[in-house]
Amino acid sequence: MSSITTNEKVSRRDFLSIGAIVGAISAFALSIFGLMKFPMPGLFPDVSSIFKIGKVEDFPVDSSKIISDRNVMVSRDAEGIYAISLVCTHLGCIVAPSESGYKCPCHGSVYDVLGNVLGGPAPKGLNWFEVSLSPTGKLLVDASKTVKAGTKFAV
Amino acid sequence: MAKDAIEIFIENLKKLPLLFKQSLIRHDKPTSDRAKSQTVFSNIFLHIHSTRVHRYTLKPTFTFGLGIMAASSFMILCITGVILMVYYKPSVALAYDSIKDIQFIVPGGKFIRNLHRLATNIMIISVMLHMGRVFYTAAYKGERAFNWVLGVGLYIVTILLSFTGYLLPWDQLAYWAVTIGANIAASPREITDALGITSLFDIGGLTRTMILGSESIGQEALTRFYFIHIMVLPILLILLLSPHLWRVRKDGGLAKPENITEEDLVNTPKDSYSDKVFINAAPEKTYNLMCMVKGTSPAVGKGPENTVSSWPYLFTAEVGIFIFTLAICCLYALFVDAPLKEMANPMVPENPAKAPWYFLGVQELVSYSAFMGGVGIPTIVLIGLGLVPYLDREKQQLGRWFDDETGLLVATKSAIFSAVTCIGTLIFLVAFGWLRNWFPHIPQLIIIVLNPGTVLLTAVILWSIHIMKTFQSTRLAAISLFTCFIVFFLILTYFAVYHRGPNWAFYWWPSMWPIH
Repeated sequence: MSSITTNEKVSRRDFLSIGAIVGAISAFALSIFGLMKFPMPGLFPDVSSIFKIGKVEDFPVDSSKIISDRNVMVSRDAEGIYAISLVCTHLGCIVAPSESGYKCPCHGSVYDVLGNVLGGPAPKGLNWFEVSLSPTGKLLVDASKTVKAGTKFAV
Repeated sequence: MAKDAIEIFIENLKKLPLLFKQSLIRHDKPTSDRAKSQTVFSNIFLHIHSTRVHRYTLKPTFTFGLGIMAASSFMILCITGVILMVYYKPSVALAYDSIKDIQFIVPGGKFIRNLHRLATNIMIISVMLHMGRVFYTAAYKGERAFNWVLGVGLYIVTILLSFTGYLLPWDQLAYWAVTIGANIAASPREITDALGITSLFDIGGLTRTMILGSESIGQEALTRFYFIHIMVLPILLILLLSPHLWRVRKDGGLAKPENITEEDLVNTPKDSYSDKVFINAAPEKTYNLMCMVKGTSPAVGKGPENTVSSWPYLFTAEVGIFIFTLAICCLYALFVDAPLKEMANPMVPENPAKAPWYFLGVQELVSYSAFMGGVGIPTIVLIGLGLVPYLDREKQQLGRWFDDETGLLVATKSAIFSAVTCIGTLIFLVAFGWLRNWFPHIPQLIIIVLNPGTVLLTAVILWSIHIMKTFQSTRLAAISLFTCFIVFFLILTYFAVYHRGPNWAFYWWPSMWPIH
């Protein structure tokens, strides 16, 4: 009477059930995957990483100045102006100037005056940031752009 | 003649207290054995216990009540935490002032905050000791393997609860501890930097952004830490704790030896049924079999030999431990104030910036290599802990401290070995420095692989392989490994608390720190 054959390996009922379960699980997994993007901020709430540090005349040759609210040391020598980050490359503490360069209070990393590692757990030297001159004559530091250590902005 | 409806109504009204009591508690006073059993299994909060409990598991020197102590301190933390939420404001501008208000203005605020902090310490200590108890009495074996894994999960959640809690006051300790923590999460960058693939695959930076909701610590980070601390992790803890307790019940109570002697049971309670042995328990049983349990528990195949009624013996012990825990916390909270440093200042770190004592061992490891000390070694240790019951499947007597003399001997030997190795490594480190001091230009990858932390790790792995070979026993190898890690934890914590000063330099004593 029935035209349904019974020699199939998976019955129609099982096939539909399995299909429904697979569909539900994959929809759930995909939505979780999509939601993973949710905690990643689309726009960082931080202040801009580019900031003005003053005019060239504010930095006489062979002087240096700490921009404390940005944790950056800006120095000038005969070759130009350069900005070294004071954020320790080990775990983000703020290094303090010492006799030989910089020392980190948290885990004792030691750097020389140009930010090269001398000791301690720091994996690499202090970051050097890009320095540029704005059209209005003010010097700009971009903390989002690191440059090779030793890169100085000639003025 | 039928009674008047008014009369019946008045009669009901008179009997109201009794009727209400009968509807609330649906059995007699727990004086008979039957009523004692009913008390346990007809109450949703008590029925996770069995109606009768083995006398051996009530021995104070068997468990020291450590698991109950951990659960008690969690309860204290939940209650004091909710009270603190009345005044706490999770905002960068207001958080510090609101904690200051709680500490100095709110009536009883200081006491509640002290209590919250001390209960944290008690919880961490009791969770660690409880893990040690379960390990040394071999209570992770057989069907209990997964419950051990749940326990390791509970330990991780406990640590995370503590860590997320201390950003909330928004003081200097909070800010710099979380700066360090977030950068530990970002430390896989050490590896990707060394391989030169950070710009393509920055897993470390991605994790940090996920935690902080930003590039730096600000309002986003505070909001995230707040809701994770007060909601996500407590719920997760309860979700893990419920099966953790449930499984103890399903496995027939706490793990105990099969050859229990009268000597073992000195000073444990006894009741009229304790001495009875039933070959066929059915006709005389005083309780119903409520579910199938595994293992050779008193409920399988035997009568209630050497058991006592849970009501009142087990419950008095549990309440007693709860009151003891609360009493310690209250006493300390009266005399020891929770610290509150200056408001968070992103420009000046504390010097030295020390985490709470239970993180200082890891902080010492982190001062060798951020990635290995903060991510690599803790991950290896936690995975190793979780795998213990699957790699050590030797059949043995459960429920005795250190198993037997051989176990105690191996534990003592391992404690001495690890103490000597650890102190020796620290002396070498302080006296001669490490690779970076000798070769400033050495590639970071070499330091990640070869630092005091990895040296110690390798030493204990070799030691426990040696024990495994000598004694031909995985259980003894596990004992040696576990003992070594405990000793390392204690020595590194002690060293970081007392001998690390400003700039994480070595000092003999905190009084010798330079004044600045």
